Amino acid sequence: MSESAVLNIRNLKSHFFTAKGEIPAVDGVSIQVPAGKIIGIVGESGCGKSMTAMSVMGLLRHPGKVVDGTILLADRDITHLKPKELAKVRGNEISMIFQEPMTSLNPVYPVGRQVQEAILLHQNVGKEEAKRRVIEMFREVGIPEPEKRYRSYPHQLSGGLRQRVMIGMAMVCKPKVLIADEPTTALDVTIEAQILRLMKRLCEEQGTSIILITHNMGVVAEICDYVYVMYAGKVMEQAETFDLFENTRHPYTQGLLKSIPRLDEKADRLYTIEGVVPNLLHLPKGCNFCTRCEPAKERCYQEKPCLYETGSGHGTRCFQYESEVRIDGQ
Amino acid sequence: MGNKNVLVEAKHLVKEFPIGGSKKNPQVVHAVSDVNLTIYEGETLALVGESGCGKSTLGRVLIRLLAATSGEIYFEGEEIAGLKESEFAARRRQMQIIFQDPYASLNPRMSVKEIIAEPLITYGLKDKTQLEAKVKELMRKVGIPEEFYNRYPHQFSGGQRQRIGIARAIALNPKLIICDEPVSALDVSIQSQVLNLLKDLQEEFKLTYLFISHDLSVVKFIADRVCVMFLGNICEIGDTESLYEKPLHPYTRFLLHAIPKADPKLRSEEKELLSGEIPSPVNPPSGCRFHTRCPYVQEVCMTVKPGGIMVGERQVFCHFPLNMEI
Repeated sequence: MSESAVLNIRNLKSHFFTAKGEIPAVDGVSIQVPAGKIIGIVGESGCGKSMTAMSVMGLLRHPGKVVDGTILLADRDITHLKPKELAKVRGNEISMIFQEPMTSLNPVYPVGRQVQEAILLHQNVGKEEAKRRVIEMFREVGIPEPEKRYRSYPHQLSGGLRQRVMIGMAMVCKPKVLIADEPTTALDVTIEAQILRLMKRLCEEQGTSIILITHNMGVVAEICDYVYVMYAGKVMEQAETFDLFENTRHPYTQGLLKSIPRLDEKADRLYTIEGVVPNLLHLPKGCNFCTRCEPAKERCYQEKPCLYETGSGHGTRCFQYESEVRIDGQ
Repeated sequence: MGNKNVLVEAKHLVKEFPIGGSKKNPQVVHAVSDVNLTIYEGETLALVGESGCGKSTLGRVLIRLLAATSGEIYFEGEEIAGLKESEFAARRRQMQIIFQDPYASLNPRMSVKEIIAEPLITYGLKDKTQLEAKVKELMRKVGIPEEFYNRYPHQFSGGQRQRIGIARAIALNPKLIICDEPVSALDVSIQSQVLNLLKDLQEEFKLTYLFISHDLSVVKFIADRVCVMFLGNICEIGDTESLYEKPLHPYTRFLLHAIPKADPKLRSEEKELLSGEIPSPVNPPSGCRFHTRCPYVQEVCMTVKPGGIMVGERQVFCHFPLNMEI
């Protein structure tokens, strides 16, 4: 898998340096994105899933900083690129769409022009050709009347259409990797289903890999090929989607799946993971999840577990599965 | 359901918001259009639908946080939509609301004790020791440690804030609580804690919930009956089990189809999806409001508004309901 990876994140550490102390928002995360696949990163707020994406895009702001690790995009190290070089990569080879399509579009420019800008910046074509490509892209992502919509302002479009514009903008330069940070969270279910299907189709047609960041296990089950489950800055479990749902190993993943209300059964009470996510400033000495883990043993409070191999392509950060084979070397 | 007592009954309820236009041609948002709805004592009725379908507006109109444009609301048999504010005050304590955003619905400059005590003071509890005892009891009930008595909202997590909002809502022993997307802003592991709490409180205090949500899995867990809305109209009302099993209205079926299921084995490429967007509530489609998106649309749907058909305990507003063999 590692040879064909378009994007290879190795042992990434992004910390925030605040007055109260150093916050390990991303703490040794390794993620591989093979060509043409959809990789899911799932976790609750504050688990570091968005910060991983921001680090890859070079969008971390002060006081955040990548302190360790490498990010390889098609075997090229982009971890410490200069802003000018990074700007050539961003939006061209790797692009990102955000949760809230209203705040990520400029309200005072027509949407067509904003997408055209991406083409003019990165590709050596004239304005007319760029406009033609935008309209073609709009048609591709299912925007009705693309010629008319080219001149529309963001506020004149619905949430679903705005997210289609964002996807169009992200895909118009045919990037190698598309990072989608909660792309459907702000949308209604019927629109969400449309957008997920669109992303999957584009990914297949253009051979683009997608990193899909979400808190929704349903979305993961629906379209991801491989999943990373994050908790408090670390990957707790990683596996192929079918494997993860069938052979769930980590107590946290098990708890997450059990606490979702299901459509196919009637329950009187929901399973709950007691307690709250730990403060990243005062992480437990042992496993980050030990404070909420039911089967936690004495050792879990003292030592940090590694990511152990628990099946083909399946890794679990839990002492229950301790073995010789470690996926990361920590 | 026949032997249950009716708590709230809405008849021909309409809520329109004027948004300008000219005098001759005023423009209004038709948020709730001619809705008839019954809520029984002790049940959880869920209002589901996509954004802009009028579910939140309907909830607010029912407890008079918004004034109805026309129509009647009966609360325990008494018409309340037309009451004067002074006459309504005594009723108001019997209906409370829990809001979606636990960050915006608590005053950041008030401590927990002030937030929970406020409704008690408004309705006449002045004695300090009694007040303190009552507030602490409420905090215990919703699972907030008593020692946090003097803390401020920013010192709590989202889940804890929602618990504070719940404590405030149950402080006056209300009969009806409108839960307006109470868990949508919470993480999955916290969401299940709050849902369990709502269920426990309902049992303990014999509460009636109107549970507004767009999340059909959450609704499946908590609701006894479900009311599906689309663009200010009701599509279908019925028992949760049977409605999920055999949706009668095409829109209900598409909603159920569209939910991403947390099981990759249920993936399907051919899954039927609803195309198109939600029409504007300023100029809603004629006839059945769903007809522009409905794949089974016929001539009559475009012109005639469907009346309610009773199918067993279910009520469906469609000219050609699905699954009619039941």
